[in-house]
Amino acid sequence: MNRSMPRTIAFYACVLLIVLIAVFPFYYAIMTSFETGTAIFRPNILPESFSWDNYKAIFTRRGFVRSVANSVFIASITVGAALLLAVTASYALARVSFRGRGLLLMTILGVSMFPQIAVLSGLYELINLLGLYNKPWALVLSYTIFTLPFTVWVLTTFMRDLPMEIEEAAIVDGATPWVIITRVFMPLLWPALVTTGLLAFIGAWNEFLFALTFTISADQRTVPVAIALLSGASQQEIPWGPIMAVSVLVTIPLIVLVRVFQRKIVAGLTAGGVKG
Amino acid sequence: MTHSSANSGSPTKGKSLNLQQKRVRSAYMFLTPMIIMLLVVAAWPLFRSISFSFTDASADTIFNGQSEWVGFENYLERRVRSNGDIRWRGVLADKDWWVAVWNTVRFSLISVSLETFFGLLVALVLNMEFKGRGLVRAAILIPWAIPTVVSARMWGWMLNDQFGIINHILLMLHLIDSPIAWTARPDTAMIAVLIVDVWKTTPFMALLILAGLQMIPRDMYEAAKIDGINPFKVFFRVTLPLLKPAILVAVIFRALDALRIFDLIYLLTPQSGSTMTMSVLSYREIQQFGDYGEGSAMSTLLFLIITTFVLLYIKLGKLNLGGEARQ
Amino acid sequence: MANITLKAVRKSFGSFEVIKGIDLEIRKGEFMVFVGPSGCGKSTLLRLISGLEEITSGDLMFDDARVNNVIPSERGIAMVFQSYVLYPHMKVYDNLAFGMKLGKRDKSEIDTRVRKAAEMLQIDHLLDRLPRQLSGGQRQRVAIGRAIVRDPRVFLFDEPLSNLDAALRVATRLEIAKPHHDMNDVTMIYVTHDQVEAMTLADRICVLRDGVVEQVGTPAELYEKPNSVFVAGFIGSPKMNFLTGTFADAVGCTTLGIRAEHIDIVDQADATWTGTVVHAEDLGSDHFLFVDIGADEPVVVRRSGKLDTGMLGQVVSLRPQAENLHRFGPDDKPLG
Repeated sequence: MNRSMPRTIAFYACVLLIVLIAVFPFYYAIMTSFETGTAIFRPNILPESFSWDNYKAIFTRRGFVRSVANSVFIASITVGAALLLAVTASYALARVSFRGRGLLLMTILGVSMFPQIAVLSGLYELINLLGLYNKPWALVLSYTIFTLPFTVWVLTTFMRDLPMEIEEAAIVDGATPWVIITRVFMPLLWPALVTTGLLAFIGAWNEFLFALTFTISADQRTVPVAIALLSGASQQEIPWGPIMAVSVLVTIPLIVLVRVFQRKIVAGLTAGGVKG
Repeated sequence: MTHSSANSGSPTKGKSLNLQQKRVRSAYMFLTPMIIMLLVVAAWPLFRSISFSFTDASADTIFNGQSEWVGFENYLERRVRSNGDIRWRGVLADKDWWVAVWNTVRFSLISVSLETFFGLLVALVLNMEFKGRGLVRAAILIPWAIPTVVSARMWGWMLNDQFGIINHILLMLHLIDSPIAWTARPDTAMIAVLIVDVWKTTPFMALLILAGLQMIPRDMYEAAKIDGINPFKVFFRVTLPLLKPAILVAVIFRALDALRIFDLIYLLTPQSGSTMTMSVLSYREIQQFGDYGEGSAMSTLLFLIITTFVLLYIKLGKLNLGGEARQ
Repeated sequence: MANITLKAVRKSFGSFEVIKGIDLEIRKGEFMVFVGPSGCGKSTLLRLISGLEEITSGDLMFDDARVNNVIPSERGIAMVFQSYVLYPHMKVYDNLAFGMKLGKRDKSEIDTRVRKAAEMLQIDHLLDRLPRQLSGGQRQRVAIGRAIVRDPRVFLFDEPLSNLDAALRVATRLEIAKPHHDMNDVTMIYVTHDQVEAMTLADRICVLRDGVVEQVGTPAELYEKPNSVFVAGFIGSPKMNFLTGTFADAVGCTTLGIRAEHIDIVDQADATWTGTVVHAEDLGSDHFLFVDIGADEPVVVRRSGKLDTGMLGQVVSLRPQAENLHRFGPDDKPLG
C-alpha cells in the first residue's frame, strides 16, 4: 500500500492513541498496585517506587483466596452444566425441524437479554425456598439464567454451519441423534465448545448483581463482590493499593485467556450477534 | 437414548416411526432438560417477581405469605385525603422513578452512540493492513476482558478527586483550575460513567463491526479505486450501506445491555442521584428498603421496556430463527 | 440384491410438489441412472429411496417389503454423496469401520471387511491417514469404500463426480463401475445431470423432468427411440437437430428430429436441404459443421476425420437418412 509520509504518520498516531487509551488504565492500575505509603497518593505516570506489600496484604487476608476459590467453583459448575444441556439442545434447534422451533429460539434469545433485576425478587424467594441462600449453589442456579441461553444460542449457530451431508452420512451409517452428537459433531465442534464455554465463564466470573444479593458472609463472596466491598473505615481510607493489586490479579488470567483464544472469541461473539 | 438397529431390512410392523419422526422425538428429549431448567431459573422467578409487584410484599412478609394483593397500587394509586386533596402515589407517580427512566435513556442513547462511532473508527483502523496489527487488536481487547467491577474500581481511582491521575493531568495542562470530584458531582457523575462504559465496551462494538467489514468483498474497494472514486465517497456510498445490518444488530445488542446497566453505576457513583438508573433504583428499593412490591413493579416495568426492544431487535435484525433458508 | 419398486410415489415440501407420482421398477443387480436437468427431482427421488427424506404418499418396496417408514440404516443401503463426505476427525480406517461399529459387528469381521474393501479400491496404504491428508481422488475412493464395506443391498450415488475435475471424473467413473462388476448382484442407483455419465454407466436410464418419469430404457433405447422431444434433446451429444415449420411439414410432423451423424453431405442433385457452413468444430477424430439452411438454428452435421478448413463459408447440400428421422407430433410424442 502506497501512502504518503504525513498520512502514514497521522495513521500511526491514530493507532498509537487507540492503544494508549485501551491499555493506560490497566497500566496505571498495575503501577499503583506496586506503590505503598504516601507514594500512592502522588499522581505519577512513570513508576516511582516498587514493593510487593499490597500483594502480600491481600494474600494474608483470608477472604481473597477464598473468593477466588468461590468464583472458580461457581463459574466452572455453571458453565459445565450449561454446556452439557446446551450441546444436545442446540443440536435439536439447529438440525431438526419441528413445530415451535422458531418460537423456542426466540424465547431463548429473549431470556439471554433479560434484565437480571426483573427476576431478582422471584429468584430471592426461590433460593430461600430451596435453602440455598448464602451458598455457592444459589449463584450456580441464578447464573444459569444467562449462561444457558447464551451457550444454546451460540452453539446453535455453530451447529447450523456444519454440512448437512456429514450428518446424513452418519444417519445412513446407522447413527442415532445421540451418536451423531457425541461421535461426529462434538469432535468437530470442540473449538466452538471451548470458545462458548470461555465466554460463558467470563460472564459468570464477572457477574455482580446476583452475587451481591444472594451472599451475605465474607467467606461466600465471589471475586467481584469481594473487590467491590473492599473498603476502609471511611471514604478517605479506601485501601487503593490492595484494591489495585486484587484487580490486577483477577484480570491477568482473563487477559491471557482472551489473548490465547482471540480469534475464536471474535468468531463466537459474531456468531451470537451479527450472523444471528 | 440409543436405540439399537436390530432388524435389518424387514419393515417393523405397527408403530414404526420413520426417520423424521424419530428425529423429532429425540429433539424433544434433548430439549426437555434445558426447557425445565429455564422454567425453573427464569420463567418461575420472573412470574413471581411480577406477582410481587401486585402485592405489598416486604422483607418481612415475602416468605410467610402474609403479603396482600394490592392490585395496581404499586404502579399507580389515587388517594383522596380527608381534606379533599387528591394524591397520586406508586412508581408511576414517583419523581425518582422518572429521573431514573430519564437517566437510563440518556445513558443508553449517549453511550451507544459514542460506542458505535468509536467502534466504527477503531474497526476501520483495524481493517487496514499495517505492521503490528495483531498487537493492536490484542490491546483493544483488554478493556473488554477486564471485569466491570475492576474497571469501575480502576477508573474510580483514576477519577479520584484528590489523588486521581485524570485531575492531575488536566491541572497540568491547565484545562481546569481545581480538582473535580468526577464521580460525586451531579453534573459530572454521568460523564464519568459514560467515559468508563465507552472505554470498556467500544472494543466489543469494534469487533462486531470489524467482522461485518471483513465480510465486504475486497474487489468492491478495488473496483472503486480503479474508478478513482474518492475514499470518503466510497465509505459513505459503499462501506456504510453494506455495514448497516452488522451495525444495526450490534447497536440493538448494546442498547439492551445499556438499558439494564447496574454494576458500573452502583460501584462508580453509588451516591449520585444523577446517574441512578432503573435497575439501580429497583435494586435499592428491594434490597435496601425491603419494599418488594414497589421494587418489583419497577423491575417489571423495565422488563416490559426491554421486551419491547427485544421484539424490535428480532424484527429489525430479520433474524433467521427457523434456520430453514440456509444456502 | 434387491428389487426396488416405486408405486405412485409423491413428495411435497409444504405445498410445493417435487415428485408428482412416480411408478418405477428397478431390477435386482441393475445399474440404474436417474438423469434430468436441475430441479427435475432426481436427487429428491434418490433421497426418498435412501430414507433420508420422507415419502408423502405412495409405496416404496424393497423386494416385497414396504419400507416407507424404515430408517435409512435399516434399509440395507449405502450412499455416496456429492461432496464425498468423510468424517474429518476419523482416520480412513475408522471412516470405513464407523457404520459397522455402530451395528455392533464383531471386531475381527470389521477388520477383515475394511481391509478387503481397502484392497479392492487400492487405498490400503492410506488407512492410517486423516481425510485432510488425502487427495481429491483418494477421498472419493474412501467414500466409495465406506459404501462397499457396508455390503449393501442397494448402492446410492448422488452426483458423486460433479465436484471432481475432468480428468479425475473419468478415472472415478471406472472406480464406480468396478464394484458393480465385482459385486454383481448389487443394485445401484446413480443420480447425475450429465447425460454422458448416464450413457456410459447405466444398464438402464430413467429420464426425469418436473417430477415425472419421461422415459425409462437402456442407453441405446433412449438414443434410438426417444419417446419425447425432451428425451431426444437431452440424450446425445451434440444435441439432436430439431426442425419445425416447412421442414417438418415436408415429412408430415410438427417437430422433425435428426442426429448430427445421420445427415449426409451429398451432390446438389440429391439434396433435401442446402445451406452455408457458418461455423465448424474440429475434434480431431471427427468434426462438426454448422449449416444454416434457413431454419431457426443451424443444423449440425457430424463427419469423421479432420476438418477441411476450406469448408467454412461453402454452400453444401444435405440429406438426412430417412430411416433415422424422428418425427414428433404436436404433443411432442413420436408419431407412429
